Amino acid sequence: MLDYQSSLGNAESRKFETFSYLPTLSAEQTRVQIQYIIDKGWNPSIEHTEPEHATGSFWYMWKLPMFGETDVDAIIKELEACHVAHPNNHVRLLGLDNFAQCAGTSMVIYRGKTV
Amino acid sequence: MAKTYDAGVKQYRETYWMPDYTPKDTDILACFKITPQEGVPREEVAAAVAAESSTGTWTTVWTDLLTDLDHYKGRAYAIEDVPGDDTCFYAFVAYPIDLFEEGSVVNVMTSLVGNVFGFKALRALRLEDIRFPIAYVMTCNGPPQGIQMERDILNKYGRPFLGCTIKPKLGLSAKNYGRACYEGLRGGLDFTKDDENVNSQPFMRWRARFDFVMEAIHKAEAETGERKGHYLNVTAPTSDEMMKRAEYAKEIGAPIIMHDYITGGWSANTQLAQWCQDNGLLLHIHRAMHAVLDRNPHHGIHFRVLAKILRLSGGDHLHSGTVVGKLEGDREATLGWIDIMRDSYIKEDRSRGIFFDQDWGAMPGVIPVASGGIHVWHMPALVNIFGDDSCLQFGGGTLGHPWGNAAGAAANRVAVEACVEARNSGRELEKEGKDILTSAAKHSPELAIAMETWKEIKFEFDTVDKIDAAHK
Repeated sequence: MLDYQSSLGNAESRKFETFSYLPTLSAEQTRVQIQYIIDKGWNPSIEHTEPEHATGSFWYMWKLPMFGETDVDAIIKELEACHVAHPNNHVRLLGLDNFAQCAGTSMVIYRGKTV
Repeated sequence: MAKTYDAGVKQYRETYWMPDYTPKDTDILACFKITPQEGVPREEVAAAVAAESSTGTWTTVWTDLLTDLDHYKGRAYAIEDVPGDDTCFYAFVAYPIDLFEEGSVVNVMTSLVGNVFGFKALRALRLEDIRFPIAYVMTCNGPPQGIQMERDILNKYGRPFLGCTIKPKLGLSAKNYGRACYEGLRGGLDFTKDDENVNSQPFMRWRARFDFVMEAIHKAEAETGERKGHYLNVTAPTSDEMMKRAEYAKEIGAPIIMHDYITGGWSANTQLAQWCQDNGLLLHIHRAMHAVLDRNPHHGIHFRVLAKILRLSGGDHLHSGTVVGKLEGDREATLGWIDIMRDSYIKEDRSRGIFFDQDWGAMPGVIPVASGGIHVWHMPALVNIFGDDSCLQFGGGTLGHPWGNAAGAAANRVAVEACVEARNSGRELEKEGKDILTSAAKHSPELAIAMETWKEIKFEFDTVDKIDAAHK
């Protein structure tokens, strides 16, 4: 039997929603997830935050949502640019569904150091 | 020309059988499955059902002539064979909208499933479906928050919600109960849940439960950095008491409360749902007693009707069956009623048991909750059947993990995320489920043990209530 390793004192215990219980997505897995957002017709949107403020509803938007963008490489380039500008932050990609008026999905692509 | 009064008993069909009637867009339409007593003509029985569920009584009365009965009466307008069953037939009845009080599913159902179900000319009667016109839908308050609001409140996107009903159902003390919740939540669940019969018994009064559970939520949130909730069951002996418990849940910051809408009653449910909307709480709905009404294929009320009633009365979650677990539920029929819960427009589709187009307009949707005898091996099928806008709830499948609730929760969380990741990548979940889970388990010892524990458990019994289909 293993002890479940999670505590207030252990920053490794902090999660950040969808896919945060899986190992970090590889570059290829990330491409596939971005393609899924595009195929759904959702608008890609990049947001980032200091890990200590990750629980709020509003992270910083990286520029405006990429309305109508269907090029996986263009989206990856923006994710990288956001990460380079804010190397310690969580960077997440959302697929904004304008019909549901709600994010269709959201996933952290670059994981900052949790606190 | 005024009518004259002619006392006595008339055949129902003279007044209530109108095969040439074209239903109006504002009519409430109902489809009944009627099993008549032998020798009674179909038209007469259908007309009797229309009469007894609207304006009629067994004899003509002089006061009929004081009103415009031709306006108010229900109209049986069509009859159809039931595929595969010669003992019964479908009758379609149209009711003018002004027979019903606005915003009151209580009033609609008191008419439609009132005295008529005990009518002697019938051997059995089942209400298969109701079409609520958009004009009536607009008079109802509906779900307190709706699916999108729930996602925004809880910050969860792109995957099903994950929950767990705390077991044993009865007998835990408040602190032990809070412990069970805390362990599940810290392991990665979004929600834990009061079981339906947890109200306020001597072994655990409601207020002590609410306090300990909130402490569990706060600590699990701090530990995981994710938002959590527990369905605090406010179902109570009186609606005053129910509201008292709801007010306290709000006071301590609970994001979601729970009600049993059939045993608790639709009047209480509608009241609570409106209160939740006014006070920013989510409302989880359990459906204890539904199988008494909906399981017999010849008598009662189909669950798709009960689901529509709930959407109108108000609730953000509703138990919908699992297709794959321990409880009854035909796959196609289940797909039909989960669309009825979530979508804004549902087309007639007899292959899924849907008899009418249903337009919900802007009324928010209800999240179907799959719960009952499911475990991690069911995850690929559940994600495939229910999609993201659902809540998958593993009770025994979390708490029965050999290493405890936190490990059981983590196993399910890893499994649901692995299935979503695979689905988004275009993989076929029900075909490749074993591979998907097996490779996810390489990074999760909790999942590996869960898969080992439940590998042999199946619930392969035939469904009692199937879609009516030709069998000869």
